Amino acid sequence: MNLLEKLSIEKSVPGRRGVRFAQPAQPAAAWLPETALRKTPPRLPEMSEFDVVRHYTRLSRLNYCLDTHLYPLGSCTMKYNPRANEEIAALDGFAATHPGAPDAAAQGTLEVLWRLERMLCALTGLAAFTLQPAAGAHGEFTGILIAAAYHRSRRDRRRTEILVADSSHGTNPASAVLGGFAVKTVASRPDGRLDLDALKTALGPQTAMVMLTVPNTLGLFERQIREIADAAHAAGALLYMDGANFNALMGLAKPADFGVDILHLNLHKSFSTPHGGGGPGSGPVGVTAALEKFLPVPRVAEKNGRFTLRTKIRGSIGRMRSWAGNVGVALKAYAYLRAHDAATLRSIAENAILNANYVRAQLRDLFPPAVDEPCLHECVLRTEPEKLNGIKTLDVAKRLLDAGFYAPTIYFPLIVHEALMVEPTETESKETLDAFVAALRAIHAEALADPDRVRAAPHELPVRRLDELAAARNPNVAW
Amino acid sequence: MYDEKNCRFAKSHEWAFAEGDVATVGISDYAQKEISDIVFVELPKAGAQVEQGKPCAVIESVKAAADFFAPVSGEVVAVNDAIVDNPALVNQSAHGEGWFFKIKMSKPAELEALMDFAAYQSTAAH
Amino acid sequence: MYSPHTAADREAMLRAIGAASLNELVAQIPADLRADGFDWPTALAAPELLAHARALAAKNRPLACFAGGGARDRFVPAAVKALTQRGEFLTAYTPYQAEASQGTLQAIYEFQSSVCALYGMDAANASLYDGATALAEAVGAAARIAGRKKILLPESLHPEWRVVLATYFAAKGEPTLETVPCPTGRLEPDELARRLDETVAAVVVATPNFFGLLEDGAGIAALAHAHGALVVAVADPVSLGLLEAPGVWGADFAVGEGQGLGNALNYGGPYLGLFACKKAHVRHVPGRICGMTADADGKRGFVLTLQAREQHIRRERAASNVCSNEALCALAATIHLALLGPAGLREVAELSVDKAHRLAAKLGAVPGFRLRFAGPFFDEFALECPVPAERVRNALLKDGILAGIPLGGYDPAWKNVLLVGATEQRTDEEIDRYAAALGRLAR
Repeated sequence: MNLLEKLSIEKSVPGRRGVRFAQPAQPAAAWLPETALRKTPPRLPEMSEFDVVRHYTRLSRLNYCLDTHLYPLGSCTMKYNPRANEEIAALDGFAATHPGAPDAAAQGTLEVLWRLERMLCALTGLAAFTLQPAAGAHGEFTGILIAAAYHRSRRDRRRTEILVADSSHGTNPASAVLGGFAVKTVASRPDGRLDLDALKTALGPQTAMVMLTVPNTLGLFERQIREIADAAHAAGALLYMDGANFNALMGLAKPADFGVDILHLNLHKSFSTPHGGGGPGSGPVGVTAALEKFLPVPRVAEKNGRFTLRTKIRGSIGRMRSWAGNVGVALKAYAYLRAHDAATLRSIAENAILNANYVRAQLRDLFPPAVDEPCLHECVLRTEPEKLNGIKTLDVAKRLLDAGFYAPTIYFPLIVHEALMVEPTETESKETLDAFVAALRAIHAEALADPDRVRAAPHELPVRRLDELAAARNPNVAW
Repeated sequence: MYDEKNCRFAKSHEWAFAEGDVATVGISDYAQKEISDIVFVELPKAGAQVEQGKPCAVIESVKAAADFFAPVSGEVVAVNDAIVDNPALVNQSAHGEGWFFKIKMSKPAELEALMDFAAYQSTAAH
Repeated sequence: MYSPHTAADREAMLRAIGAASLNELVAQIPADLRADGFDWPTALAAPELLAHARALAAKNRPLACFAGGGARDRFVPAAVKALTQRGEFLTAYTPYQAEASQGTLQAIYEFQSSVCALYGMDAANASLYDGATALAEAVGAAARIAGRKKILLPESLHPEWRVVLATYFAAKGEPTLETVPCPTGRLEPDELARRLDETVAAVVVATPNFFGLLEDGAGIAALAHAHGALVVAVADPVSLGLLEAPGVWGADFAVGEGQGLGNALNYGGPYLGLFACKKAHVRHVPGRICGMTADADGKRGFVLTLQAREQHIRRERAASNVCSNEALCALAATIHLALLGPAGLREVAELSVDKAHRLAAKLGAVPGFRLRFAGPFFDEFALECPVPAERVRNALLKDGILAGIPLGGYDPAWKNVLLVGATEQRTDEEIDRYAAALGRLAR
């Protein structure tokens, strides 16, 4: 078969080693019963250190990444990942500390976690945070369990339903169901905002919570957020804010002022920690004072400059995972925030908004926005296959790869036909955005002149379009 | 083959073909085209009870998942393992080798609530 | 701070947008919803930021680590750190555009393959948050497959993991969890048999278990299967350099904490949830899965596959809400395993076993101290102390030793129990220092 790069196992040579260890004083057979030992060694590659370094360096070069290419994935906030944060998180004092170490031996880490929580409180206006959730979806699930615990504490057993917007991330309804709730979807209006009347109709004594993304997935601010919060609260429900798009609010607005009861943030989006090809992330959850007691354990506490980890808190929902959370990620976010003062924080949001509108303004004649008005941190554009020889968003995305740009988020939100969701972030320069705009305009022209060329894209990458059908019909997921 | 002209159809695109009190069920040719390349079908187990209008099987394409709603109520008496092994059969022959399972109907009168081919054709087009 | 715009850039961009000022754009957020100020510290310039971080890091105390409990101080080769810090891996996103992400995708395929090889399974995913959440996902999948509601959890499973499961399923009310007591430190067949019936979806068995003891996996699996229940194994991947694979002894699902494969302790995260299963259950696997396929020219390539399971397609009908993985930690594990190979992994396991046993012999010989449980153990053991274990742990800090994890916080019955482990990292000098310090304490 024609190969891009051999697998590590295909490069394996029996007897090769990448690292050697000392011999034990006694072999395992001295300590363990024969029957417990494996009969055949695991089929892992046998490689020299140099083989391994070359193999993974070669693999790395098959990737587009933020360091090499604009990565305008909507709702993902692919902003520059400052290297100072990497250096700080890797400091031995932090990295080598065991999570079972007593508080006295982990004061530095505990202080960072406590300070980061306080900073997130300051940014959002909420009373308390937990850093335990490992990702945004994990944070949502945490928030939903908190809502369940809140209603249970009030002996209100009727609240079995959660309302989500039709423009929401798929994780919102999926998380709600995991928490034992039924999901009801509330429609958006043509202007992309939640339909307040439809929400009011849907609200009732059965509603546990309303989940809303602010700004929403169209990059638009929910102008009626206060009315939404008031309506939810009047019905006895809580308001959850999916904070995936918090970059647009950084230093500008505090969700607590909107009437939000629970929210999650994504440290790997708004707070510059690298995505690592899909993780690790971190999805801290913030709550109002009334809900603080339900937060998962462990929680960091401070008294006279001494920090402790509390594991037994009456009312807590429990633990969302082992230990305190993705501490290594939290360290990077803390370093990021300490590099900013209040004014530069605000400029993060302002420049993110400026960049998204700059792209929107220069593409709106060819790729009409889903809602044609100024946006916040991202803009949702549409491809019009009926005007482009049948060229679809997927084709445009693949052709963008040829032009040296990662593709925007495509086909999301689901309520927009042929969506191209562009989030440039504040760290991209005008020159880069100009080049991106020019590339999309050129693809539009090419779709009219030579649609087959676009349909067959990508042409310049290590592989052409891959057969996803064959992969799904006959899954081959391991050697 | 279950001649589609003699099948009864649900609005949700399932068909049922009755012989005595046993109905063979599947998805319409229109539906298989809409879903496009089917990669996986999850069927109920023989012996399971299904209820008209309730989801009882799942159909997956590369980028979509659809529920299969039982067109009639009753007990599943046979399932078509061939489409589990080779889901492309549903695309190739939705009314033939691509049938899903057979139901021993508990309420045969439910068939009357389903549409005939002509009525289905006129709704499915919209 | 990290924005490149000059005043001239901003002006030109505003002109192109047709906006008079940034404030005009920001006004999309109504004025009464904007914040007027933040309680915020002054910014630290780059050199001060690093100095500040170093000062904080210095407040953590370096200790010879004899603690385990799912977090292990293991050797990480320099090449693991160097390769995972490459921007091409570090700053990429989830590989949605496969053609521009073959490096990440092939590495995930190699990761899944390595996990399958260790656990003796057919399929694995691209990783989950950590071992505990991987177990929660496996238990949920097993309940759906079995069509039953009850899960049996042995007391010999990590108590924090048991709390995580209880937290995950409490609101929904299913599956239900029943704890099987383990007075001998192990899951005894009699205790299990008494609880097995046609309502049990799955039996969870950890081996080596929380106390470091080896369980009779094959016996437990046979018993569970005889009652139509599935078996979910928990195993430290490093132990599998030496111990029989769960897939071989009969487990249907296997999960583990993968931190010990190339990832730092980091005070608890980011860690690495390993998840593998038999082929029959592949469509019930949560999270991302990478599959091999070919491109339009027939060239081999990799894609994220079986996506119709996932939340972005199924929304409220999805079985799991997972929408990411611990990709960089999984990459570290993949590279780590390629560097060690089967022989290196076996050496690490043997060294850990040998050091833990020599340590156990020395500590068990100190008057008043003894091993709490009999039976073969791997590289951790439960040490029964004559006084509360927390006091022992605190006393040894001045000798530069993290003596283990006191278990009284998990269960008052374990107040005097210290969970102690050794890895390939612990030196003979440290082992002797530990034993000597304990001896002084005993006097």
